[in-house]
Amino acid sequence: MPVYNEKVMDHFMNPRNVGEIENPDGVGEVGNPVCGDMMTFYIKVKNNHISDVKYKTFGCGAAIAVSSMVSEMAKGKTLEEAKKLTPALVAQQLEGLPSNKYHCSNLGAQALNKAIDDYQKKQGSKAKSQKGVKK
Amino acid sequence: MREVYLDNVATTPVLPEVVKVMLPYLKEAYGNVQSLHNWGDSAREAVEEARNKVADLIGGKAEEVIFTASGTESNNFAVKGLAMAQQSKGKHIVVSAIEHFSVLHSAKTLEKWGFEVSEVPVDKYGLVDPDKVANSLRKDTILVSIMHANSEVGTIEPIKEIASVVKQSGAIFHTDAVATAGTIPVDVGELGVDALSLAGNEFYGPKGSGALWLKKGVRIIPFLDGGVQEGGKRAGTENVPAIAGLGKAAELAKADIGARAKRLSPLRDKLLAKLPQRIEHVIVTGHPTQRLPGHASFCVEFIEGEAMLMLLNSKGIAVSSGSACTSRALKASHVLIAMGLPHEIAQGSLLFSFGLDNTEEDVDYVLEAMPPIVERLRQMSPLYAKFLKGKKGGK
Repeated sequence: MPVYNEKVMDHFMNPRNVGEIENPDGVGEVGNPVCGDMMTFYIKVKNNHISDVKYKTFGCGAAIAVSSMVSEMAKGKTLEEAKKLTPALVAQQLEGLPSNKYHCSNLGAQALNKAIDDYQKKQGSKAKSQKGVKK
Repeated sequence: MREVYLDNVATTPVLPEVVKVMLPYLKEAYGNVQSLHNWGDSAREAVEEARNKVADLIGGKAEEVIFTASGTESNNFAVKGLAMAQQSKGKHIVVSAIEHFSVLHSAKTLEKWGFEVSEVPVDKYGLVDPDKVANSLRKDTILVSIMHANSEVGTIEPIKEIASVVKQSGAIFHTDAVATAGTIPVDVGELGVDALSLAGNEFYGPKGSGALWLKKGVRIIPFLDGGVQEGGKRAGTENVPAIAGLGKAAELAKADIGARAKRLSPLRDKLLAKLPQRIEHVIVTGHPTQRLPGHASFCVEFIEGEAMLMLLNSKGIAVSSGSACTSRALKASHVLIAMGLPHEIAQGSLLFSFGLDNTEEDVDYVLEAMPPIVERLRQMSPLYAKFLKGKKGGK
């Protein structure tokens, strides 16, 4: 067995918030199967808060545990707070990851960030098109 | 919980008869082989008896067997030692693309030392084509090293045909028989090889036991310099318990080799046939018939091997995987990639290797445990979601 601690094992064996959100407000995808791991995060946003978060993950035990932890950490946070999540903070919450897994599998925060970016981009273009309508 | 060990390519258990033979040399018979007193004598007798048994297993002569500490050491010794001894004749070496890292990385080291290395490709079953070996041979080819069988996909290579091609060129031919010696009949004369590596922990002997068989008259440069042990070819105090254990394991394997294969092959065949029936999008890796008796390997699409391995472990089932995530280097199996499998499929590699302790109930247990594990991981796989969407879109 890879040397995962109890917390990582718990999130791997019982991953929280797995799945897809229908009509998400933002989607973020990172990684590719060549390097081993791939994550897609889906978010719902309400009043500038992440009201729901789900994900799908292709990857090892660490990748799955990281996704689960990120989803837990992100839920209920403001977009600004959620954007401050880093791989280091995620690893800290998981009470450590094996050193060789630290980089490749620790993509959750990045995927979440991308989902928030996606949401904000959509909001931006919505605002623009609304402006256009007013004119 | 039921416990099912299906990782016999990593290592087999040690048979009780083997342990029994080893114990005296860890206790009262602790002498050094090189000592000239009674203690030395009993150690020496044990080592020479083991040498006879190992030679007997592979159809060689006792004086051609050099004991080492592992299959890896034997491969390093053979590839580097034979190349160094032949370098006045040329500096070109040929290996296959699916060799064990102890051969491939030794070849890389030789490149740094000024040798040239050619890698022979394999087909989709992991087979080396003797004609391709022939095409890779040059006037300055001094050494060819092709494995007898690949432990990751179970494919048995046509060593006899390859050896005869190599012999015509005058190059030395080494085979890594770590996966085959003690598991299927191996006869150095019949295979026509010049050097052969084996390891005890692949056939119910102890870890830390290995041997290099080197045909009489073939020159090799020693790896370890020091005393006169192993005919001056491998210095260092002999590991008498390990060597005695290896000898006993060889003796038992020789007597039982046909019966063992008969026991293991039905387990392999059942899993190879049933798993792809039970679970969609499961590919058998390796050759369908030219394969090791206890060896069933697959790629499960859309999911990753380490996650499967961990969930199987939680059900008491021990397997291995060639996925990038299970390797410390985080690279997908070079064997599967050489066989032409795309990275995302190679990531789903899973290897079940049966041993003498396994039964048909173990196969049934795996067939029961696997589908929910695969389903669970597929439900969370973005690749599977994409695949399903593509399928829907296609309709």
